[in-house]
Amino acid sequence: MIALPPSFDANLAIDIVLLVMLLVVAGAIVRTRNLLAAIILFGIYSLVSAVWLVVMDAPDVAFTEAVVGAGISTIVLLGAILLTRGEAEKTDWRRLAAPALLCVAVGGLLVYAAMGLPALGDAASPANAHVGRAYLEATPRDIGIPNMVTAVLASYRGFDTLGETAVIFAAGIGVALMLGFGPRASLAPPPAVIGDHHVVLRVSAKFLIPLIALFAFYVQFHGDLGAGGGFQAGVIMAAAIILHALVFGLRETMAAVPPRVARGAASFGVLLYAGVGVACMVNGGGFLDYDFLFPPAIEKQIPGWLLGDPDHAHHWGQHFGIMLIELGVLLTVAATMVTIFYGFAGRTVDAARQEAKR
Amino acid sequence: MSFILSHFNYIAVATLMMAGLFIVFSSGNLIKRMIGLAIFQTSTGLLYISLAKVSGGTAAIAVEPASAEARDLASRLDPAYVAQHGIDGVVYSNPLPHVLILTAIVVGVATLAVGLAIAVRVREAFGSVEADEIEVLSRIESTQPGPQT
Amino acid sequence: MGDVLSWAGGGLVIVGVALSVLGAVGVLRFPDFYTRIHAASITDTGGASLVLLGLCLIAGLSLVTLKLVFVWVFVMLTTPVAANALANAAFSSGHKPRIGAFQIVRTDERRKTPRGTDQP
Repeated sequence: MIALPPSFDANLAIDIVLLVMLLVVAGAIVRTRNLLAAIILFGIYSLVSAVWLVVMDAPDVAFTEAVVGAGISTIVLLGAILLTRGEAEKTDWRRLAAPALLCVAVGGLLVYAAMGLPALGDAASPANAHVGRAYLEATPRDIGIPNMVTAVLASYRGFDTLGETAVIFAAGIGVALMLGFGPRASLAPPPAVIGDHHVVLRVSAKFLIPLIALFAFYVQFHGDLGAGGGFQAGVIMAAAIILHALVFGLRETMAAVPPRVARGAASFGVLLYAGVGVACMVNGGGFLDYDFLFPPAIEKQIPGWLLGDPDHAHHWGQHFGIMLIELGVLLTVAATMVTIFYGFAGRTVDAARQEAKR
Repeated sequence: MSFILSHFNYIAVATLMMAGLFIVFSSGNLIKRMIGLAIFQTSTGLLYISLAKVSGGTAAIAVEPASAEARDLASRLDPAYVAQHGIDGVVYSNPLPHVLILTAIVVGVATLAVGLAIAVRVREAFGSVEADEIEVLSRIESTQPGPQT
Repeated sequence: MGDVLSWAGGGLVIVGVALSVLGAVGVLRFPDFYTRIHAASITDTGGASLVLLGLCLIAGLSLVTLKLVFVWVFVMLTTPVAANALANAAFSSGHKPRIGAFQIVRTDERRKTPRGTDQP
């Protein structure tokens, strides 16, 4: 009988099954030459990873992976193969020998190194018992919000998150500079057809898009209490706008969310985030030190019972600071994803028009 | 065998990383290479999340110590285990790697978009997204006489 | 009473999962694209509904049940619409469905010969 580790339970069994599924999907992506198939398989890979992340007690990350991997990644990749080709060239097997050997060698080294890592779920490992535990104990004292991932992301490691928001903004600028801000010529209005065969999709999209946007706001403001936050909410909002563009046409969406507005919102998000940091400095604290967000005169006027915790009135600054920077992250992430989509979609429209002219 | 099972996550992560790397090295198509790079990026995320898992733990969202939920979570575990590793009677998983990977995922898709935009422009400039063909075409272009400035 | 509900819920979850697996088998075994869409979408929606109903029974009367009901409404709205969009796209781009022994020649222009006499 095989010797099972003492912590073997249903959790570990599900984890192993899901990882085997991921390996199979990754193997299929390696083998396929049809790029559309590779993109759909990559969407499946993302969804299975999202399920695995829930099993690993990471609902925030699962949220993000599901929306980003199965939503935005798929759209952007589809736009790319529409503008290039849908199939990869066949590679000679002799070309594959050297990369295969290299990958086997490096993989072997990685597995050898991984044998020294702690067993899965080890509560006494240095990462979990010291650093992780310190954050878990300090959060109720310093910040006072239930979701500790948001507390670390927005407050303890707020400077990292500012950097990452700036990276996302820079990526949006990069794509917009390379692919343009939208289609070059103005788009023709869609033909007015009543009762055509897209009616089911249009009606349900009209119903769903406001609900998806509402859900994005729910995720945004609920991020302090449960799983959620600015990144997830931004991507969900962008998904709603992209769904609108796919169903009703790019022209309608560009009238509703013009590219100028998207670019402005992205810049304003980063500005808001950095602005909160500077406001804290102006009031005497360090950069992004939310305890100093309000000047002492205003803080004295806030009743402690409003927070439900009279001993920790400084949590008010933390709550407000986290809410403001999450708003900044929402604006930047949503607007950047929309800008990227407009870049790809605009090129697709221009390419189709050039084909029609020929 | 039990050692392999408890370290299976890391073996799977190493295999996924190498699968992504193999796609990048072996495929000539730029788009397929970006997909391989994305697989490589997400597999490193899997490594961090595996390290953060605490058996018997729950997600890092604070549970009221005296609530029914906390009692329900604690009832499934050994009381000594909860007393040693838990906080206020509840065992949590480590939230710190979750934060790192959360932002890494969104940044990953942003950089994927930049890479694909470059691939689209390469296609427009050279007419192909295969690395071999681009190399040949750029060599042809560099030997031809350029515009007289 | 609570125990019976939990067992019933668990049973429903298993039935829902079995339905989804049958749907996957159908997608692999059915001969034509449109029949595959039929298998995938119906079993997907039905399996998800049964699983959600089972989870509602296990969770009892609480906020979780309300959220599960919302998820069910969302699944009922999106999965059939997605199947419709898929079949629509295939039909509009000229994909030919197989009907019994004979095959429709072109779906994007008017038929010139009566049914049953087309060449396969």
